Amino acid sequence: MIRILARKFIEVLIFLLFVTFVSFLFVRLAPGDPVLTILNVDELSVSQEQVEALREEMGFNKPLLVQYGLWLLKFIQLDFGESYVTGQPVMDMISMSLPATIELACGALFVMLIVSIPLGSFSALYRNSWIDKLSRMLSILGAAIPSFWLGLIFIDLFGVRLNILPTMGRDGLISLVLPSLTLGLAISSVYVRLLRSSLLDSLSQEFIRAARSRGLSEQRIFFAHALRHSLPPVITVFGVSLGSLIGGVVVIEVLFAYPGIGKLVVEAIRQRDYPLIQGYILIMAIVVFFVNTCVDLSYRYLNPEMKLKERGTN
Amino acid sequence: MSGLSIQMPKGKKHFYQRITVLLCVTILSIVVIYAFFYLRHDPTLTNLDSRLFGMSLQHPLGTDQLGRDVLTRLLLGGQQTIGYSMLALFVALIIGVPFGLISGYKRGLLDRVFMRICDSFLAFPDTIVAIVLSGLLGPGIGNLVLAIVLVKWVNYARLVRSTVLSESQKDYVLIAHINGLSSSKIIRKHLLPHVVGHVLVLASLDLGKIILLISAFSYIGLGAQPPIPEWGSMLNESRPYFESRPELMIYPGVAIVGVVLLTNMVGDYLRDYFDVKKEVRE
Repeated sequence: MIRILARKFIEVLIFLLFVTFVSFLFVRLAPGDPVLTILNVDELSVSQEQVEALREEMGFNKPLLVQYGLWLLKFIQLDFGESYVTGQPVMDMISMSLPATIELACGALFVMLIVSIPLGSFSALYRNSWIDKLSRMLSILGAAIPSFWLGLIFIDLFGVRLNILPTMGRDGLISLVLPSLTLGLAISSVYVRLLRSSLLDSLSQEFIRAARSRGLSEQRIFFAHALRHSLPPVITVFGVSLGSLIGGVVVIEVLFAYPGIGKLVVEAIRQRDYPLIQGYILIMAIVVFFVNTCVDLSYRYLNPEMKLKERGTN
Repeated sequence: MSGLSIQMPKGKKHFYQRITVLLCVTILSIVVIYAFFYLRHDPTLTNLDSRLFGMSLQHPLGTDQLGRDVLTRLLLGGQQTIGYSMLALFVALIIGVPFGLISGYKRGLLDRVFMRICDSFLAFPDTIVAIVLSGLLGPGIGNLVLAIVLVKWVNYARLVRSTVLSESQKDYVLIAHINGLSSSKIIRKHLLPHVVGHVLVLASLDLGKIILLISAFSYIGLGAQPPIPEWGSMLNESRPYFESRPELMIYPGVAIVGVVLLTNMVGDYLRDYFDVKKEVRE
């Protein structure tokens, strides 16, 4: 267990070193001079001396590797520099908007669980019934409807026409309803069908028959045996598709003008605010690694067979 | 495989499915080709005198907030969205398939190095790569296509590699080898035809996802830039006018949903046709 974690940790260190270097290199080679970006904010004309002075001040005149080393040293202290546009430290901006994004992601996951677990369970238990057909239709449609369009429809319906839910910004839990609903519904279409087929598979296994012959109640069989056994494949797919959840969050945040990290980075991209973009990339690398590790560990917990296998080989 | 009695009604169902898919694909191709040859309106010509018109003979779907013909923009937007998605897919195939073929057939060091590359590419989810690339290279449809290619080629290479790995164990490849066929000929004549089905299925199922990604990124302003008509950016541009003209929201959205539904149906149909599931099970 500890050995696996240690190996993962070393892997992520190498990975981070690579990511930081690539993102550093790209930013330096990217079109558009950040010095000019900063100086041009007020649309005033700039002199050559001003440009040179700022260039010197920001360290752009040193050799590339020296720049990278200095930058990495700062990064270890979680100092990503200051935003070119607002002048605020990048770390502050990110740590201010990250909780909002986590809230939104949790809300979306909550919606996804509420929708997909009952719908998937019922369509597995009552195969080919109307609820199964409904869930099939929903998943076919859900795979084709862009989440941002679903969000636009919700905004138009609940925000503009019925005027019962806020459609913009972040102001208490109520403003979380529409974004989480949109994102949650968009991602749940996959999991309904996945849970259904996984449940069908485990319901036909022998341990279910064994549980039945032991006289367990149907509820207990379903929740303690069938459902638990069906979760590992679902969680694996969830871990793999977490990236699309992070990307989906970006689109939803822009759509609902929700002040999370996704909206922050989209604005940074539009304004070529490189320190902020770099900060985002690194934070995302860490988040993806963290979640992947959690998925790995939960997989081991949920699937006793894997532990047995490991014991057998060691 | 299993009993014939189960497959009989399925075959009939597949017949109708096939007809529907074929019909839809034909209609869509006609529409897109029609848009190439026949355009009554300039898609980017703004005319503030005719803003937000309703349906009329001259503008079958009305005009948008800048007085541009919606039908024209919708048709051209389809070309943009579908065209760029196909381009991304095509380039990913061109890179991924040969990589997988060679790596799976030659094995050895090349294969190990290749798998390492694959693993490191797989660590990046496609949306994140798209965001990062537009962050580093600037927003634009070209960078978006590049990001999609970077992520997707790995999937095809892996798929082809695993198919080739199992296929090159079989006797007919061995016999071809004994008969002195060169490696390149074995790959081209024997292995390539075998992977075509798998690749086509995965590609057609991917196409819908790519279309969704491109339109979503165009919506948030990181894909196609205005005034290029693209379904996502059309939705973005006309958003302030949805309250008075909800049709402006409906048309591009329905277009996206329709095309993605269609590509997914084609994917399902191809999966049945090439019977990929069965082979995977074996």
